[in-house]
Amino acid sequence: MKSTKSRRARSALLGAAGVLTLLLVWQASSELGWVNGTYFPPPTEVFAALGRFVLDLNYWRTIGNTLLTWAIGLAIAGVSALVLGTVVGLVPVLRRYTRSTVEFLRPIPSVAIIPLAILLFGLDRDASLVIVVYATFWQIFIQVLYGVADVDPVARDTQRSFGLGTLSRFRYLVLPTALPYIMTGVRLGATVALILTVTAELLIGAPGIGQLLTVRSTAGDYAGVYALVVTAALLALVINLLVRAVERRVLSWHQSVRAEVVL
Amino acid sequence: MSAPAVTPRLLPAAARRRLPRWLDGLLEAVGLPLVLLGVWALSALVAPNNRFPAPWRIAEAFVDTWLGESFVVDVLPSLGRLAAGIVVAILVGVALGLLVGSVRWLREYLEPAFEFLRAVPPPLLVPILTLLLGRGDETKVAVIVAGAMWPVLLNTIEGVRAVDAVQRETATSYQLSAAQRIRFLILPSAAPQILAGVRQSLSIALILMVISEMWLTSSGLGNRILFFQQNFMIPEMWSGIVLLGLVGVALAVLFQLAERWVLGWYRGLKETERA
Repeated sequence: MKSTKSRRARSALLGAAGVLTLLLVWQASSELGWVNGTYFPPPTEVFAALGRFVLDLNYWRTIGNTLLTWAIGLAIAGVSALVLGTVVGLVPVLRRYTRSTVEFLRPIPSVAIIPLAILLFGLDRDASLVIVVYATFWQIFIQVLYGVADVDPVARDTQRSFGLGTLSRFRYLVLPTALPYIMTGVRLGATVALILTVTAELLIGAPGIGQLLTVRSTAGDYAGVYALVVTAALLALVINLLVRAVERRVLSWHQSVRAEVVL
Repeated sequence: MSAPAVTPRLLPAAARRRLPRWLDGLLEAVGLPLVLLGVWALSALVAPNNRFPAPWRIAEAFVDTWLGESFVVDVLPSLGRLAAGIVVAILVGVALGLLVGSVRWLREYLEPAFEFLRAVPPPLLVPILTLLLGRGDETKVAVIVAGAMWPVLLNTIEGVRAVDAVQRETATSYQLSAAQRIRFLILPSAAPQILAGVRQSLSIALILMVISEMWLTSSGLGNRILFFQQNFMIPEMWSGIVLLGLVGVALAVLFQLAERWVLGWYRGLKETERA
């Protein structure tokens, strides 16, 4: 027990040293002129800019805008993927006949429909949502599709001979089977939704981190640009941590989570 | 599909199948796409909407737009940058992953830094790399590499870590050289994981190709599509979306072929284990 503890402490210490090294290399490379210091400001300047941002209400409003688009997009994609995925996944005929269409639509890069989204909704949040929803939908849909079809045959036959109603079949058979898949889909979808939210802000100019980054860049505030990139990365990390926490809670009964606790 | 335990319940359904198997399969594959196209064509005839041009107009625009000079000026350079970006991303990711994955302290040292760097939404790299590298081709390739590298890198690290301990010790006792170890033990063992990373990388790479071209308004597929939209050349814009879709599908098919080729032994192994 003690040895795992000290090993973990050593690992954390090494990791912290790694982050520190990253910052030092970054500082040195712009101080010593390995790269153009104007376009690649040292971390001291970037964190100073971040400090100024934190005191600025507009910065928080910008983050709020990004999170709003992200949340709406994820919600629309999640609900529609859950409903459609369940229906298609549970009805074999639908599953077989939609397969080729899904396989064709899924690899279309969502950014390809940016022009279409602008055409339909203008340079607005609605246009960003189209792109966010399109990309996120497939991530979750595929997982739901596999999840609801993965029901154990023995469990299904047992359920049948016990004569369970439709509702309890969903509650006790389909949902527990599909839940790990759904959570994986939501985790992947949450990351993808954030990436495409930022992309849309960058290219369409919908309000948010991406758009503020464009503004700062045109204004020549390069430290601010990097501070916004750091902000976006922190946001992605926090979202990922939160989704993982929810996943652990929701799936606390499931082997994949229980095993982690035992080890 | 020869499941050993065919439940009697399934038999009548199979016997009821009236269509010959190949026709059934064909219908499955093209049925829904044809219906959708039909509905689209019909609605274009009944209620023409210039934002949703009829399929044949898009097909016409596709031939006129992409199969001429533009194929050489826009499509080929785009695909070239995409291919270059993917190849470099895979090479860097696998090489770095082999190194970091096999040295324990190095992995612990770099993991948190990697976690943070990976969390940066790749599209934000476009404006930054433009500042650093200018507006040329190298920026567009660098964007693809910087974004698509992470899934390969992190999956390779995981794959190398998970190499079976007994096999590892066997390799040691047979005194395999470092190169032999990588070639015959580590790479085959980590291949399924690495390929899972490559699959993620491909879609990221394609997205970044389009974004970089939309941002650096000079040439390429992404740039053309945006140009068509801004000039209300709607069928042309649609044809561009179709082309990008085809590129996406082609990438997915190529990947599947490559995976089957690289992982053929792995599939076989899994099947024997299941039987």
